[in-house]
Amino acid sequence: MSAVIFFIAATGAIAGAIGVVMLRNPFYGVLSLVGHLLCLAALFLLLNAEFLAASQVIIYAGAVMVLYVFVVAYVGGDSESLGASPGFLRLMTPLVVVLLLVELLIATLGSGLKAIGTEGAPLPDGFGSPAAIGEALLTTYLLPFEIASILLLVAAVGAVGLARRRRGFGPGDVPFDSATIAAAPPKGSGTMAEAAGDRAIVGAPRNESR
Amino acid sequence: MNISWYLTVSAIIFTIGAAGILTKRNPLVILLCLELMLNAANLSLISFSRMWGNEDGQIFAIIVMVVAACEVVIGLGLIVAIHRRGLPVDADELSELRG
Repeated sequence: MSAVIFFIAATGAIAGAIGVVMLRNPFYGVLSLVGHLLCLAALFLLLNAEFLAASQVIIYAGAVMVLYVFVVAYVGGDSESLGASPGFLRLMTPLVVVLLLVELLIATLGSGLKAIGTEGAPLPDGFGSPAAIGEALLTTYLLPFEIASILLLVAAVGAVGLARRRRGFGPGDVPFDSATIAAAPPKGSGTMAEAAGDRAIVGAPRNESR
Repeated sequence: MNISWYLTVSAIIFTIGAAGILTKRNPLVILLCLELMLNAANLSLISFSRMWGNEDGQIFAIIVMVVAACEVVIGLGLIVAIHRRGLPVDADELSELRG
């Protein structure tokens, strides 16, 4: 039974990976990657990594892929026509890829590890459960855990700094000066109270189409 | 299933991701292929964790997921910034930093 699930999930994962590379439209590529991640989560479950399978589905296939979909929708479909790089790189890629695959297979399958042909060591109780992972993460691996939290904070701050709108940056931007402030809508307008119409906004003319 | 099967799948996925990074010009697709490679590494880490029967490899995979999330956030932020400045979202055109 586990062999059947393994082959279905492995085929799905490899097909999803090929879809990411082959599909022209980046949006379909993202969807293909979601399928790939779900199949990979099934493989994680077969390897008794329950917590990781759940976090793979929730974090990767959920949160990260939603971020991708937003950016693909924002940047737009004008990049669909971008194909492969021309010339030298395209010629060399099959050679490099085949060599890389052979090297990886030699490095893993030919490593001489005796246990590689078995189903793995006998497992202790609760292997891969949230309790076991959490205990290891907060005792033995406390320092990597804290460093990961700092890394996440730095990445969040960096993303805000990167994607922030800068005034007067591009060709069409207006400089932010006193005239811009004076032209701003009156204070209190644009709120939900105004939309509901249950409060008169001081200084805001009503029924004005903007 | 033997652990070697999982390692073979991991090697194939890693190779597909590497092929995508080498051939694609759209930075979004390059980031997607990077995800493929990181996930292949995760799969082999978890396979080895199963092989030895302890959770250290799974902790390693969680840290890899955190690093991947950070990389995605920064990479997508860069792509949004490039798009906002009106530059082409194309890895071959954005070669000003080439030495």
